[in-house]
Amino acid sequence: MSDDAATTDESVAPEESNEAVPELHGCLVGSSLGQTVVFPSREQYVDLVKALADDGYLMCVDLAGVDYLEFMDRPLPASVDAQRFEVAVNLLDTVGCRRIRLRVQVPESDAVLPSLFDLHPGTEAMEREAFDMFGIEFSDHPDLTRILMPEDWVGHPLRKDYDVGRIPVQFKEANS
Amino acid sequence: MSADTENTTDYQRFVAATDEGGQQLRPRSELTATEVLREVGAVLRMSEAEVAKLGDLPDDPDEDQTMIINMGPQHPSTHGVLRLMLELQGETVLRCKPIIGYLHTGMEKTGEQLTFAQGGTNVTRMDYLSPLANELVFSMATEKLLGIDGEIPDRAVWIRMLLAELNRMSSHLLFMATNGMDLGAVSMMIYGWREREEVLRFFQEVTGLRMNHNYIRPGGLAADLPAGWRDGVMRILDLLPDRLDEYDILMTGQPIWRQRLQGVGVITPNEAMALGATGPILRSTGVEWDLRRGEPYLHYDKMDFDVIVGSYGDAFDRYAIRLAEIRESMKIVRQILEQLPSGNYRIQDKKVTPPPRARIDESMEALIHHFKIFTEGFKVPEGEVYLGIESPRGEIGCYIASDGSANPYRMHMRDPSFVNIQCLPHMMRGGLVADAVAVISSVDPVLGGVDR
Repeated sequence: MSDDAATTDESVAPEESNEAVPELHGCLVGSSLGQTVVFPSREQYVDLVKALADDGYLMCVDLAGVDYLEFMDRPLPASVDAQRFEVAVNLLDTVGCRRIRLRVQVPESDAVLPSLFDLHPGTEAMEREAFDMFGIEFSDHPDLTRILMPEDWVGHPLRKDYDVGRIPVQFKEANS
Repeated sequence: MSADTENTTDYQRFVAATDEGGQQLRPRSELTATEVLREVGAVLRMSEAEVAKLGDLPDDPDEDQTMIINMGPQHPSTHGVLRLMLELQGETVLRCKPIIGYLHTGMEKTGEQLTFAQGGTNVTRMDYLSPLANELVFSMATEKLLGIDGEIPDRAVWIRMLLAELNRMSSHLLFMATNGMDLGAVSMMIYGWREREEVLRFFQEVTGLRMNHNYIRPGGLAADLPAGWRDGVMRILDLLPDRLDEYDILMTGQPIWRQRLQGVGVITPNEAMALGATGPILRSTGVEWDLRRGEPYLHYDKMDFDVIVGSYGDAFDRYAIRLAEIRESMKIVRQILEQLPSGNYRIQDKKVTPPPRARIDESMEALIHHFKIFTEGFKVPEGEVYLGIESPRGEIGCYIASDGSANPYRMHMRDPSFVNIQCLPHMMRGGLVADAVAVISSVDPVLGGVDR
């Protein structure tokens, strides 16, 4: 339907038939609107980031969680098993002016991902944010506490099953 | 505010009283070598042995010689509601931990409730000193998802660039003001606000508001530039050079100013890269990284301007870079004035563009169309995209995942202040508490963006 689905399928399809496998350090590569996206498994995740750092992607620009609870049938390469949570990591190579995005699937039952802190200490706050907002845990993170919400807060606000708070509004002279 | 940590019980009582929960600074005796390594070594990219050799702190003091004080969240120099826990030995900062979240209002969650058409009103309030950069990156990401990023009319692109550069000037002018105030140059505060006001006045003429414009929208702009806008820009361009020269006299060459800033809050290129710092902080270390040059967007590839880099990575470099960037932005604005083409200010795509106001009076279809766009919004194809642009504070990025509906399924803003603020512990380590103010100021965090 969308460009994304089309391009992802195109770039993934040849992998099964052709010799030219769109793989990067053993991980599946796709593209989304012209941006390179890699789909590592949780086991490959840290090794891939390490390998990419050796390739020149020295800066971890962004790390964001996504809760796909209501959108489980999102376009993904066939061999990637869609899970409820996803962590999108954007890496940047400032010398080669290249960007690459990692999308890691994180299952709801075991929402744990290894921390990137040792490789990119700048992910410290971002991983805490993902933990705070989605409840995704990062193992080996030095200080995995809530960062934006109060310490004693219950729940993870950016999850899709977390209600948006509403304040009832009484309009003037309207029947309530 | 402060307490001596004489023994463990006192310390625990103190911690309990401050309601720090899990965010407390632990006593130094509990710090293991691995944790110190994590704190410094991971960023410095050193081995454990090298860190131990480094000994960057006065020989490890006992707990009863140090003091933990909370700076903020209501401290005037923290630029908003930023709280820093500082462990001090005398006047020396041993450790620093920024604590944020006081301004968190869940804007990313709010963004999921608003349509793409309404999203601009939300994102513009995040980093409130560079609202146009927020709107721009959100609009560009939405346009990329819609597949219309190549079809935005040229005039709209040029006007976006004009406003982005003016916004950079207004933001840096405010930095000049606050940086001056934090270091005791109080007249600079008034000067900076005064000049920024001139730019905001122009924004008000163009967008109707001084801040939170919602002027750059997916598909183009909310309106064309008003009659007489050129005079408004010329007024700023005529006025600023002399004023900037005054700043040079007041601050740049002044011995007190230099002594307060030079060699304060030093950060190395490796540290800055490891911490993900962007913008003037990264450039102050000598890394020539500006998205306007590195990954040109809009028409920045056609512009003649210099990327300003520093060499020492200290607070003075960051000040000087921002001052020079105001001049560079003025250079870009002059070129835009010469080259601004005529044409449409928004894409003529019925899907995203509401009909012109005049058509609504005469056509029922136009009225329905208008109503539909403003109530339901427009649907955006499935997909996910990340786009980064150079805001005055560094790379502001927008990650949007769309499920094909009119609302973003997930909208994440990578705010430069949120990431840059992680540099504070490294810049302050081993420095004086009086310099802490200069360091916070030189990072130029905007708490609206940090907490979102």
